[in-house]
Amino acid sequence: MIAPLSIDELKVKTKLIRRDIVAMTNAAASGHPGGSLSATELLTALYFKVMNHKPEQPKWPDRDRLILSKGHASPLLYSVMARSGYFDPGLLPTFRVLESPLQGHPDMRRLPGVEASTGSLGQGLSIGAGHALARRLDGKNYYTYVVMSDGEMNEGQTWEAAAMAAHHKLDHLVAVLDYNKFQLDDSTANICNMEPMTDKWKAFGWDVQEIDGHDMAQVVAALEKARNVKGKPAIVIAHTVKGKGVSFMEHNNNFHGVAPTKDELERALKELV
Amino acid sequence: MEKKLGMATRDAYGKALVELGKTHPQLVVLDADLSKSTKSAEFAKVFPDRFINVGIQEANLAGVASGLAACGKIPFISSFASFLTSKGFDQFRMAVAYSQLPVKVVGSHGGISVGEDGASQMAIEDIALMTSLPNFTVMVPSDEFSTRALVKQAADLPKPVYIRTSRPKAPVLYTAENRFEIGKGVRLREGSDVTLAANGLLVFEALQAAETLAAEGISASVIDMHTIKPLDEALLLEEASKTGHFVVCEEHQIWGGMGSAISTFLGRKHPSRMEFVAIQDTFAESGTAEALFEKYGLTSPHIVRAAQRVLDKIKSC
Repeated sequence: MIAPLSIDELKVKTKLIRRDIVAMTNAAASGHPGGSLSATELLTALYFKVMNHKPEQPKWPDRDRLILSKGHASPLLYSVMARSGYFDPGLLPTFRVLESPLQGHPDMRRLPGVEASTGSLGQGLSIGAGHALARRLDGKNYYTYVVMSDGEMNEGQTWEAAAMAAHHKLDHLVAVLDYNKFQLDDSTANICNMEPMTDKWKAFGWDVQEIDGHDMAQVVAALEKARNVKGKPAIVIAHTVKGKGVSFMEHNNNFHGVAPTKDELERALKELV
Repeated sequence: MEKKLGMATRDAYGKALVELGKTHPQLVVLDADLSKSTKSAEFAKVFPDRFINVGIQEANLAGVASGLAACGKIPFISSFASFLTSKGFDQFRMAVAYSQLPVKVVGSHGGISVGEDGASQMAIEDIALMTSLPNFTVMVPSDEFSTRALVKQAADLPKPVYIRTSRPKAPVLYTAENRFEIGKGVRLREGSDVTLAANGLLVFEALQAAETLAAEGISASVIDMHTIKPLDEALLLEEASKTGHFVVCEEHQIWGGMGSAISTFLGRKHPSRMEFVAIQDTFAESGTAEALFEKYGLTSPHIVRAAQRVLDKIKSC
């Protein structure tokens, strides 16, 4: 079982996670650093504080589940999993290498502890709803977290799942939206503006909290509050910055799906001490 | 062969679900607002707590089933084959096939025997789609008895499964005493000149065709290939060495159906002369199932002519 970290310890941990992200994507010369860095506080809080899980026992039936619906943020997922004890961090440099369990996008059959194989956007919330239904049928008490991207808000399936989860009163289901305001081609506002985001989720019958996704105290408080929502699903809309933590990557959509060069990696690591 | 109509295979599916519900506490059934037509409503009446109607949202249906299966449930999900296999395809690909989760996908109203509702409701490409996915087992049972048996076996198979059922009443071919096995075809008639390999409603048409052929001095084998994937390779090789001529009969688009699967296999292992009774790369239309089978070339006289062609008794068209 993970000993929960304090807010200050979590903040320190995010530096390590971000160093892993830039190092892994640089080593692989590919991957998605921007959307991994934006969600770092969210997954760090979940893996090192909020979630009830046993990294040494990834199939523990009562564990809380995390489904990374934005599967391209795999470097972030692999880092928090390795650093919380699911596997040896020495494996991180094998990201995207032939036969590595650290596939370009998460593969539940290759890496124990990955709850769903993702990478086709829009699928995670449906899978999470399935976990929440199973929980209710089995009379268990675990929570299912689904981390989604703002780009995924374009997908019809997201809203199918949103309507269905609310209709079936699926509590113990917590969506976390990494709202970094960019998708691959441009800003979310320019491609297919989904605002007003909060009103949409409220209209679909969800409990909605809106937070600064880089303020660790706010992140932890919102994720813990969402566990107390009864009779409906909950979403935490986290306003974030793409590329957060590395000055030249912040708000810079060129790092959506492009890895830092060796020079950029060195500059990034200096900022992340 | 006398035509004795029994239950539709979709009705047999509903009955099998109720029987499975009693023996399999982990079984859950989901539908996308067509449960009265797919017959999953039969299960809902008896086990309301284990039935979930997600509404008209096939993509979400497939994803939810993936999550349930990941938690140890055995989800059977149903809708019309046309909508389920097309709108749920991305989810079957990633969240079921790639994820190797034992979701059981049952598409009703397969083929053009849907009839009056017309082309939009008719799945003629579901087998092409579902056989293209690694890890999926794909079946088209022919009558109520084989459907009940195969649906029950599917529940115990720890893999993704696709089963196509049909709308109209199906001719009875078996009894409750017959035994079936996923992946093993059934030889219904022994012959030495040509093998009629059929599935679904075309098995009865093939049996009728074999009788007509016998009267003409042509000896036809008839095999019920209820499982398309994995193919019963041993049975096909036996038939190939015995007859060396095949007519594959199916209520499916000729591209990517069972004919494609069998010819790919035999082309490598035992090249044989082949003909195909299938839908010839076109959409169908409204009409009675009988009229549509006649117009789109799926009745026994069409199988007879295909057998004559493959044996060079008549010229190819």
